[in-house]
Amino acid sequence: MDNFLHIQNGQVVSRADIPDLDFSIFQEAVLNATRHSGFVVQFFAYTDEQSILKLITVIRAGLDLYTAGCSLADEYPSLTPECEKFHMFEREIAEQFGAHPKNHPWLKMVRYHENCRGKKDVFGNDYSHDIPGNYPYFTVDGDAIHEVAVGPVHAGIIEPGHFRFQCAGEEVLSLEIQLGYQHRGVEKLLEQAEQPLTRLPTIVESIAGDTAIGHSLCHSQAIEALAGLKVNDGAKVVRTIALELERISNHVGDLGALSGDVAFNPPLNYFGRIRGEFLNMLLTLAGNRFGKGLVRPGGIVFPVLEEQRRIVRDKVAEETPGIADVCDLLFSAHTVLARFEHTGTVPRNTAEKLGLVGFAGRASGLSYDARITFPTEAYAQLEANKNKRTVGDVYSRANVRREEIMHSLQSITDLLRQDIDAAPIAVPAYHTLAPDSFVVTINEAWRGEVSHCMLTDKNGSILRYKVKDPSFHNWTGLAMSLRNQGISDFPLCNKSFNLSYCGFDL
Amino acid sequence: MLKVIKNRWKQGYRTTKYPKEEINLYSRFRGLPTVHQDCDKKLVRECAEACPQQAIDIDKMVIDIGRCTFCGQCEIQSQGKFVTFSNNFELGTSSRDALFTSGSLPALAEHSKQHFKNLFGRSLQLRQISAGGCNSCEADTNVLNTPFFDLQRFGIDFVASPRHADGIHVTGPISNNMKAALFSTYEAVPAPKVVIASGCCSISGGPFWGSKDIVGDLNRLIPVDLYIPGCPPHPMTTLHALLQFFK
Repeated sequence: MDNFLHIQNGQVVSRADIPDLDFSIFQEAVLNATRHSGFVVQFFAYTDEQSILKLITVIRAGLDLYTAGCSLADEYPSLTPECEKFHMFEREIAEQFGAHPKNHPWLKMVRYHENCRGKKDVFGNDYSHDIPGNYPYFTVDGDAIHEVAVGPVHAGIIEPGHFRFQCAGEEVLSLEIQLGYQHRGVEKLLEQAEQPLTRLPTIVESIAGDTAIGHSLCHSQAIEALAGLKVNDGAKVVRTIALELERISNHVGDLGALSGDVAFNPPLNYFGRIRGEFLNMLLTLAGNRFGKGLVRPGGIVFPVLEEQRRIVRDKVAEETPGIADVCDLLFSAHTVLARFEHTGTVPRNTAEKLGLVGFAGRASGLSYDARITFPTEAYAQLEANKNKRTVGDVYSRANVRREEIMHSLQSITDLLRQDIDAAPIAVPAYHTLAPDSFVVTINEAWRGEVSHCMLTDKNGSILRYKVKDPSFHNWTGLAMSLRNQGISDFPLCNKSFNLSYCGFDL
Repeated sequence: MLKVIKNRWKQGYRTTKYPKEEINLYSRFRGLPTVHQDCDKKLVRECAEACPQQAIDIDKMVIDIGRCTFCGQCEIQSQGKFVTFSNNFELGTSSRDALFTSGSLPALAEHSKQHFKNLFGRSLQLRQISAGGCNSCEADTNVLNTPFFDLQRFGIDFVASPRHADGIHVTGPISNNMKAALFSTYEAVPAPKVVIASGCCSISGGPFWGSKDIVGDLNRLIPVDLYIPGCPPHPMTTLHALLQFFK
């Protein structure tokens, strides 16, 4: 990583300090880093002030973060044949900027929209027509093969996306996932010129509503870095508690849903109710069940005092034994174990090649947890979590979540012991951002690594705002988990990941 | 089996008696706002300029709760002089205009269409469509099926097939890429059918207002019968609206 600049999570760097390499040197350095122990945090394009197309990457290797950039031609040799971790990132750049990665093995649209440079569409799509456009699916030929198409509208209260299965009888040979239905133009909205920065938190909280705290933390930390704001210790503790409440509510709800998918209904109903208790704790802090409105650049908006701490502390203490009991009920039912074990396995080497993150990565044996590796807020004070079973099946993903729930409950209890009153900040607050700067922020939200990256121009306006939800890495993991599985196990595998459609589609 | 019984006994009976008994949400919940008409205009202007949703009309002194995300900024900024948010969760309306409010909403039950009550009062099956929704609205709609709310006790249910549905419940700002699927689903529902716009996204585009990748207003595509504001609507807001409108 000699050619790269070593950076910290949430550290402001002058854009001039980011190495601007020749493409071939850049390519070699990036591939050397990522073929082995390095993972891609960010890999995106932008057009600079001289309208030149630029590429920037942020790589994590061990406990360190590195960045470098280069200029990008309209056609360039794809990195994906050498390293699968770039697969989706290169497709995204092709769609957003019309730059063609030559020899990309699976070059297809990601979200179905025209590129922002007015270049000829890489995919040959005519965007005056509705989705799905020019999108040939991977097919398996043969008389015994049948194809199953599901979505975009699914049988339930769930976001839209399309799944295409190639099956031999019950067995799935290949699953291809096509998203894009949820595309709302989030990055373009965040980059709009002459718009007050005070609008941004509201947009960011709705990138993925079930990860409102995760995304708003990434956003706030980025603005705090660029505007030189200090967050008080009380607010840091509250923001940590909010992220953990978000984690618990989602994991608890999903464990219930997994139980429902294998027709064991008691945990479905108990966890469904318990999940609500945690959303109500977020409401206690924020006035909103998803914590929307709580986190803003500089701190938190609503005071968190003894009354709110007591409500959360008492409720956590009250619910903890019940959660442990229902987990025990779920994980000791042999009908459940029979369905969870050895289903939807993503082995460690596959997870590593794809660069899976979050609990799904940990369930496949990749121990990366941004709370430990790049701690923000109050995470440095907390103990790390350990996972027992990490073989990459549905059972592992469920069990990692169970362990994370118990760990998060303990973390919240520990943090509340400090009894610091968290003073709110005044809103609206108008900030000036450092000019010609770059910042990347990383947080471990419940699904995994959320990362926001901001570049400013010479006036301190936002030149590029890049959002990455953990789902951007992990959808491919779900597709791989279905290989050679019974198609009837799809709901179970899907729920064990529970990925975000809108977080991916932006 | 013993564990099943033990857990059943420990979990107890948790379903709310609502609507027979009132539900009081924690004081911090931001529901129906009250606009204080005597507020200094300068302060109102400052709040309106700072509102991330541009939901404040200075001249008429109303807030458009079809745009508002209930973030509470204007209440903090004006120290409660311009607006205070109550914890009244009863926000559903049958017309878009009624959502421009200074603190009161028309009684929903009286503005419902009588033929809807006759048709769907005893059994209402809805097809939910997420069209760009961020999963908060979807999640807090799903929650109505958990034991605390137990929506099915009112004869209301969410169904998988639009053919089995009496109407659609739409969340999200209608991304352009979901428009076709939204129309197909709507067309597959047999008439007469109900259209419900849930969450500020489907009413006005919500946080995504101004994006060229969304439609931003369900009513522009399909006439809406029932509006349920919020970001997302609290499950009680949805439950109240459904019961008032159809029962």
